[in-house]
Amino acid sequence: MQHKEIYDVVVIGAGPGGLAAAIEAKKAGARDVLVIERDVELGGILLQCIHNGFGLQTFKEDLPGPEYAQRFINEARAVGVEFLLDTMVMDLTPQRRLHLSSRQYGYFTLDARAVVLAMGCRERTRAQIRIPGMRPNGVFTAGTAQRWVNVEGYMPGKNFVILGSGDIGMIMARRLTFEGAKVSRVLEIQSYLSGLSRNYVQCLQDWDIPLQLQHTIKRVIGKNRVEAVETVAVDDHWNFVPGSEEIIPCDTLLLSVGLIPENELSKKAGVMLDPVTSGPFVDERFQTSVPGIFAAGNVVHVYDLVDYVSVAGNTAGTHAARYALDESEVEADYVPLKAGKNVRYVVPHKLDRNALEAGDVQLQLRVTQPIEEDVWLEVRSESASIVRRSERYARPGEMVTILLKPGMAEAVRKAESLTVDVYPKAEA
Amino acid sequence: MQENNFICTACPMGCKLIVRMQDGEVVKVVGNRCRRGETYGRQEAIAPQRMVASTVRISGGLHPLLPVYTKGSVPKRRIGEVLAAIRAARVSAPVKAGQVILANVIGTGVDVIASRDMPEYSKSSPENSKHP
Repeated sequence: MQHKEIYDVVVIGAGPGGLAAAIEAKKAGARDVLVIERDVELGGILLQCIHNGFGLQTFKEDLPGPEYAQRFINEARAVGVEFLLDTMVMDLTPQRRLHLSSRQYGYFTLDARAVVLAMGCRERTRAQIRIPGMRPNGVFTAGTAQRWVNVEGYMPGKNFVILGSGDIGMIMARRLTFEGAKVSRVLEIQSYLSGLSRNYVQCLQDWDIPLQLQHTIKRVIGKNRVEAVETVAVDDHWNFVPGSEEIIPCDTLLLSVGLIPENELSKKAGVMLDPVTSGPFVDERFQTSVPGIFAAGNVVHVYDLVDYVSVAGNTAGTHAARYALDESEVEADYVPLKAGKNVRYVVPHKLDRNALEAGDVQLQLRVTQPIEEDVWLEVRSESASIVRRSERYARPGEMVTILLKPGMAEAVRKAESLTVDVYPKAEA
Repeated sequence: MQENNFICTACPMGCKLIVRMQDGEVVKVVGNRCRRGETYGRQEAIAPQRMVASTVRISGGLHPLLPVYTKGSVPKRRIGEVLAAIRAARVSAPVKAGQVILANVIGTGVDVIASRDMPEYSKSSPENSKHP
């Protein structure tokens, strides 16, 4: 493909967030939309997520990851989105000039009237959680193992221990069992599951793989290859419980200990990041602190369902196109959104005071602590409750949403700020 | 009256189901928030079913493996046989998403289909420029 010098919208990353953004940008009238992807094919991490469970909201079907991606790839091609594969974005300026490198073109630059950041996230590694012990071969992140087993056709080991009860770890526990490996156990330092309950049922319980809550790894043992791990129980403050140590023989340790939004490029462009989410501060259009630079999907905050990533992509793509077509947009007057009682963060971080006149705005949030009873999710201003709805529980592993509707426009317009609380109904 | 407790896997909400049984028959499902939950609870109590996803060796493709899945649910106790049939299968690129790889796998009435397009590996294609 011959690339142009300037595009209306450039999307960085061809995963679900980027593909949805590109499609919607095109549909919203952007004349040329370019997706830049460093891999040699489109689809992003969905390509290695071969298990089903995707698309229940978007397509009302239970699809595997590659099929979910395929539908967006087909649509992106059909609406005329352009692609640069095998191309790395090395730098992005606040003026939206991209510095790129590829085998085909070498080093080159191009400009964008609007940019959508859709770089996704990365896995937390051993170094980031500081597991003591030897440093043999055989310690991998769960996603790396997933790529090898599902795409490249390699088994990383025979006898596994998995640290962390994130979704990828549980899904890999089942996948490795399917491929004939033994998974001795899954350890979780917290007192609750960090992934979805359904994955506990169909990945661990179905295959008799034990889950040990409030357990972690004290030491990795093995000189050239992992030979065993020493596990230990922890108390509520994650202190080791003396005498609870156990040596578990294994040849491979997989880590499923969290995902971090990938924002090296965002920083280069001067985009301000929220230390809680590790993603950009965004408004309800998913515009970052730098005008004309939008962000969608796991680059903003880590989602547990791809369906929500696609919706975020739609929003970012639509507004990126509008920005590209009309840069004269007036500076918005914002109402800040704050994380209140038992809320870790709320996305978006701020809301255009008049946003609700244009339609609904979905707030996405995660709670700090699990509440295993009926809860209220409530949005309030200084003076009044704006909306509240109930849920049967709230868990840190499961993102919750609450919708602001046009009927609340007046209350939002008058508010100094909005705060979101999640609390047991019994406390109300 | 016998009670079985399940966590519904029909969607990510993970409703806690209680399935009340009498003489091997489901009398009532409670705790579900939708009809899929009711169906799941009844099925789970009598004969659990699951979708299965795995990979098939593919020759001449961009990657050595083709992801596949069962178009519907199969009996949980037969998953091992389904996996063995998938493991024994061989296909050649190109393949289109949705293409049937194993029809009526082990007589379950369910097809195993391709989860994605798998283009042929070709040196000249820009999609393959990373490959030597």
